[in-house]
Formats: sequence, structure tokens, C-alpha cells
Amino acid sequence: MTTPEELQHARDVRARQRSRSVVMAFALLAFAALMFFITIARMSGG
Amino acid sequence: MTSVTATAYDTSLPADWRDFVALTKPRVMSLVVFTGLCGMLVAPVSLHPVLAFTAILCIALGAGAAAALNMWYEADLDAKMKRTAGRPLPAGRMDRQSALHFGVGLSFFSVILMGVATNWFASAVLAGSILFYVLIYTVWLKRRTPQNIVIGGAAGAFPPLIGWAAATGDASALPVLLFALIFLWTPPHFWALSLFVRSDYAAAGVPMLPVVAGARATRRQILLYSLPMAAAAVAPWPLGLAGPLYGAAAAALSLVFLAMAAQVNANKAAEPEGMAPEKRLFAFSILYLFALFGALVADKWIIA
Repeated sequence: MTTPEELQHARDVRARQRSRSVVMAFALLAFAALMFFITIARMSGG
Repeated sequence: MTSVTATAYDTSLPADWRDFVALTKPRVMSLVVFTGLCGMLVAPVSLHPVLAFTAILCIALGAGAAAALNMWYEADLDAKMKRTAGRPLPAGRMDRQSALHFGVGLSFFSVILMGVATNWFASAVLAGSILFYVLIYTVWLKRRTPQNIVIGGAAGAFPPLIGWAAATGDASALPVLLFALIFLWTPPHFWALSLFVRSDYAAAGVPMLPVVAGARATRRQILLYSLPMAAAAVAPWPLGLAGPLYGAAAAALSLVFLAMAAQVNANKAAEPEGMAPEKRLFAFSILYLFALFGALVADKWIIA
């Protein structure tokens, strides 16, 4: 049987994983944008 | 049937993203980023703003990666020192493997991105600085010799060289002098700190100079290292690599530094409570480096 502590722990784990996924998604988005601007800068002879 | 108790399952949580940020020592990073940026700004070639931003980002990420690998390797030491016991690994908020993967991943990412955005010479110097900090300082020197930060200090001296290399693709006299300045600044800076946290280092078994040679010898070494440091700080002016604005600022700041180092040398206190001169020198040494590099950039931009 699942205890209240286990349920709370599972919720905490999911919350932690969710916040990490959000940060990772933002980081990937920022990287993609940065690569786009780097490509343009290199093409313009920067 | 077995009963399930509250302790029968793994109660640990995955590390929070804030713990990964803490692993990069953000406060130390600010000085690294600033000196790297100044190295880039005083270079005779100007970079495209996006590429300049990327180069600084790579210096910051490289420093963060080196810090993460340092914390991964030194988790046992950090647990023994009050100053570091709250870090993610000794506090049990992160497993060591995550720290290792994060540090190695960030190292490769920063080095490759630097090469792609600027040039592969800057990328190689960045890689060298990470390897130097992790392998030479953390793994080899730190636990073996009281000269650990004298040689290991070179790791923190690379950023202006990397910033310059990112802009120009080479290294000349001025960035080498800036490297020498930070290299010679590191021992007085860290020894001032290690004097008033001596018991922490002694408890962890780290052979810092105050632990091995005592406070008196350390204070003398602080003063002795401050002399060539001051010379390296002023040198760009008579060598024609910087103007009078920088020369005046470097001379004034170095005189204050030397006066504070002399006060430390004259201090006889054995307990941290009586080490006000050491604490003042430690705080001023950070301001000193910020002000010197700021003056160098101001000198170049105002004269130009």
C-alpha cells in the first residue's frame, strides 16, 4: 500500500523533474537562437 | 506480506537546477567574466557583438565546468570545511555522477562553441585552462603541496588571455602581462583568506601555507608576492602597452595593496578575531583586480 509520505515524495520528484525540463527547454531554445545569430555574424564577416 | 515503511523507498530527490548553478561557483565566475571581457575589450581587433557575447559566455561556461569538476573531485574535502559543507554534493542534494556528467558536458560544450564562434586558438587556450584547473590544481597540487595556489593560480589567470585570443587569434605582450598579474595576485589573495579560515583547511587536511608553515611565514610570503604583483600591474604603462590613466590607477591601487600587505605582515594575531588586516586585504584584493582591469579598458577607450 502506498503511504502518504510516498505519495508526497512522488509528487516532489515530479515537480523537480518538471522544473528541470523547463530550464533545459529554455537552455536549448537559447542555444538554437545563439547558433542562428552566430551563423549570421560569421556570414557577415564578423 | 511485508509492510512498507516510510524508509523502505529511496527518499532522495533529483538535484534541483539551482544546485547545478551552484556547482559552477557563480560568484567566482563574475571576476573571471570581467577579466575575460576586459582582455577582449583592450585587444586591437573588435569582434562582432554576437561573437563577443558568445566568447564571454564560453569563458563563463568553461569556468563553471571547471568549478563543477572541482566540486565533484573535492566532495570529501568540502564536507569537512564549514565554508563549503553546504555545497550541493557534501549537503547530499546531488549525486556525484550528475556533477561529473554536468562538468564534462559543459567543458566540451564551451570549448567547441568557442571554436565555432571565434577561433580554435582561443578554444585551445580555454580547454587548457579547464584542464589546468582540474588536473594540475585540483587533482595533483591541492592536497600535496602548500605551493598549490602558487602554481594553480595560473588557471584563474587565463581569462584575459582567452578574451584577447578570441578577438585576435593570437597572444601578445599585454595579455601575457595580464596573465602574469593575476598569476602573482592569486597567492596574496588566497593566503589572506586561508589565514582566517586556517582551522577549516587544517580540519580537511589541505596543506595550505598557514597550516604547514604557520601564520608568520604566510604573512611574509603575502608581502613578498605583492611586490612582483605590483610590478606586473604597473608594467604595461612604462612598456607603452597602456596609457597614463591606467599607469596612475595601477600605481595608486598597488601602493594601497602593498600598504595593506605590510599591515598583514606586521599583524601578530593567531585567531581569526584579530585578523582584521587579513580580512581587509582579502576584500580589497578583489576590488583591486576589478579596478585595475576597469582602468585598463577606460584608458584604452578614453585615449582612443
